Amino acid sequence: MQDYSGVWILAEQRHGTVQTISYELLTRGRALADTLGVPLAAVILGPTDDAGLDELIRRGADRVIIADAPELAEFLPEPYTRTMAHLVKTHQPEIIIAGATSSGRTLMPLLAITCHAGLTADCTGLDIEDETGNLLQTRPAIGGNIMATIKSPAHRPQMATVRPKSTRPAPADPARTGALIRETIDPELLKSRVKRLGFTPADADAANIQEAEVVVAGGRGLKKGDNFGLINALAALLGGAVGASRDAVDRGWIGYPHQVGLSGKTVSPKLYLCAGVSGSIQHLAGIKTSENIIAVNSNPEAQIFQVANYGIVGDLFEVLPLLIDKIKAKQAATAATV
Amino acid sequence: MNIIIPIKQVPETSNVKMDPETGTMIREGLVSIINPLDLFAIELGIVLQEEAGGSTTVLSMGPPKAAEALREAMAMGCTDGILLSDRKFAGSDTWATSYALAQAIRKNGDFDLVICGERATDGDTGQVGPGIAAWLDLPVATYVSRLVENRPGSLVVERLVEDGYETLEVEKPCVLTVVKEAAYPRLPTLRGKQRARKTELPVWGAVDIDADPAALGLKGSPTRVVKINTPKVTRSGDIRTAGDPAELEAAVDDLVAYLEKIDLV
Ligand SMILES: Cc1cc2nc3c(=O)[nH]c(=O)nc-3n(C[C@H](O)[C@H](O)[C@H](O)COP(=O)(O)OP(=O)(O)OC[C@H]3O[C@@H](n4cnc5c(N)ncnc54)[C@H](O)[C@@H]3O)c2cc1C
Ligand SMILES: Nc1ncnc2c1ncn2[C@@H]1O[C@H](COP(=O)(O)O)[C@@H](O)[C@H]1O
Repeated sequence: MQDYSGVWILAEQRHGTVQTISYELLTRGRALADTLGVPLAAVILGPTDDAGLDELIRRGADRVIIADAPELAEFLPEPYTRTMAHLVKTHQPEIIIAGATSSGRTLMPLLAITCHAGLTADCTGLDIEDETGNLLQTRPAIGGNIMATIKSPAHRPQMATVRPKSTRPAPADPARTGALIRETIDPELLKSRVKRLGFTPADADAANIQEAEVVVAGGRGLKKGDNFGLINALAALLGGAVGASRDAVDRGWIGYPHQVGLSGKTVSPKLYLCAGVSGSIQHLAGIKTSENIIAVNSNPEAQIFQVANYGIVGDLFEVLPLLIDKIKAKQAATAATV
Repeated sequence: MNIIIPIKQVPETSNVKMDPETGTMIREGLVSIINPLDLFAIELGIVLQEEAGGSTTVLSMGPPKAAEALREAMAMGCTDGILLSDRKFAGSDTWATSYALAQAIRKNGDFDLVICGERATDGDTGQVGPGIAAWLDLPVATYVSRLVENRPGSLVVERLVEDGYETLEVEKPCVLTVVKEAAYPRLPTLRGKQRARKTELPVWGAVDIDADPAALGLKGSPTRVVKINTPKVTRSGDIRTAGDPAELEAAVDDLVAYLEKIDLV
């Protein structure tokens, strides 16, 4: 176990471009590495543009380990797992953290079995235990009702996936320098029994809900699917994306990619504005890191008001149209003065 | 086509009450159900078996009570069930759970496909499905949202990712984990229930699956829970009532002012 040292974050690229989750992981990884007094490495699989690799250094990595075989261009479980297992064996990091993304949540359990390591899913907090230097991994459990802290005292590496948007991306420091280490991977490891035949992009709106600065969401209080028109209109005015509670998704009013919450997406926008959403613990699990939460609900007891910075107890069918009118008026007035 | 469907029995957690003093779940009056996300795996399995013939075996590791979940799945149409139940399995994390399930799948004989739910609503890790694939050294596709085609040696599936859907061809035998878009679960039928009651339900322990005792239960689990606490989510927000038109007007004006303050209008 003593042979294992150093912190790794598993950076992600899509179509050659480094994804934001990588920078969020650098925030986490930097803090852990500094507490332990060890180097922080970002590992990235697949061909990635050079500017992206440098950015990983500027945002906190001491080293970037790159396996840029073309077979790794897109996520495929077997080549990714075998490559990672090979890298882990060669470099022996004590901690590996990855994004709780569709690829991270697939790769990490495969790797954990292969390396006989403990793995904690979907963490919202990571820390180092004082006396032992063990990784303390905190995550919501039982439908978000409790927070559990977990460790893997007797196994290395210690592995965790981290909820996207549960922390801010690390800022870039242009003065930072670090090493780029390119690894050659044995072609045997790159074989795959899964073939990627194609890709259909989701509608842009659903795809960017996690990246959006503003999310306007609706729930069962909208009464029927057509009334999402109000939510869409408000989102368009504020330049935001559209979210929904599970109840609204289950009723077929809007697609699953828009679902916010424990079994949907975590969002962390500057503004989360929702109407007709009760604020179940599972829904709150997906919005807690939002900077501002605004709620409209006819029930003064609705739980959503416990987390709202500003709330209106009222009928959304009165509040939203008026709000839309007033924002339009304001925007028109501002446009007129410039 | 022989299909194995690992399912978990979970507490019905949509209105779980927590004891504010101890931070533990109040278990009284909680009903146990099939993990809701496993219903999509069950449905997809039954549909495939109806088309291609063969068997659908639901497999659950849990206390004796988990037999209820298996019988319910059989009432929906699964042909067989296996209960993995042994004190030695208690306290298993995802590493040890996927090991035990993989051993049981091996023991059960030839199969073409394992279908798991995306995640269990209690453990909520989504790690057991890929874990099973790793133990059995099988190809895996996670977050499967649609079965496109069942080919002789492979399956073509659609997989839900952050920015869209991937189309993948996966060699059989393989493991899939499915999301709720994958199928529309049917309800158990009366005839199904009768048949399920009559079907024999084998119960296997650690010995029956040739498991390495060191890899089971709490002892075999790399992870340890060290602390539990109840999160408090409260912001002292400004909550207005819009009971009459004047209040409505004022509340909305202040809302616009709030948006202005944070530079959004
Ligand atoms: C394991 C698990 C995971 C889950 N994951 C998620 C998840 O990811 N995301 C999620 O959202 N849910 C999730 N849920 C479901 C969650 O428990 C709730 O059932 C769901 O969030 C409720 O959706 P809702 O707020 O739209 O509906 P409701 O709870 O029915 O609330 C509707 C609200 O609308 C208000 N309303 C009605 N009419 C009006 C009106 N005219 N004007 C203003 N307000 C009005 C009502 O007062 C009420 O508060 C999960 C549940 C479980 C068990
Ligand atoms: N004890 C269990 N018995 C059978 N299947 C399980 C068990 N635990 C998990 N699974 C399967 O693995 C999936 C993911 O579970 P989890 O990793 O716990 O979120 C579930 O949807 C089930 O298909």
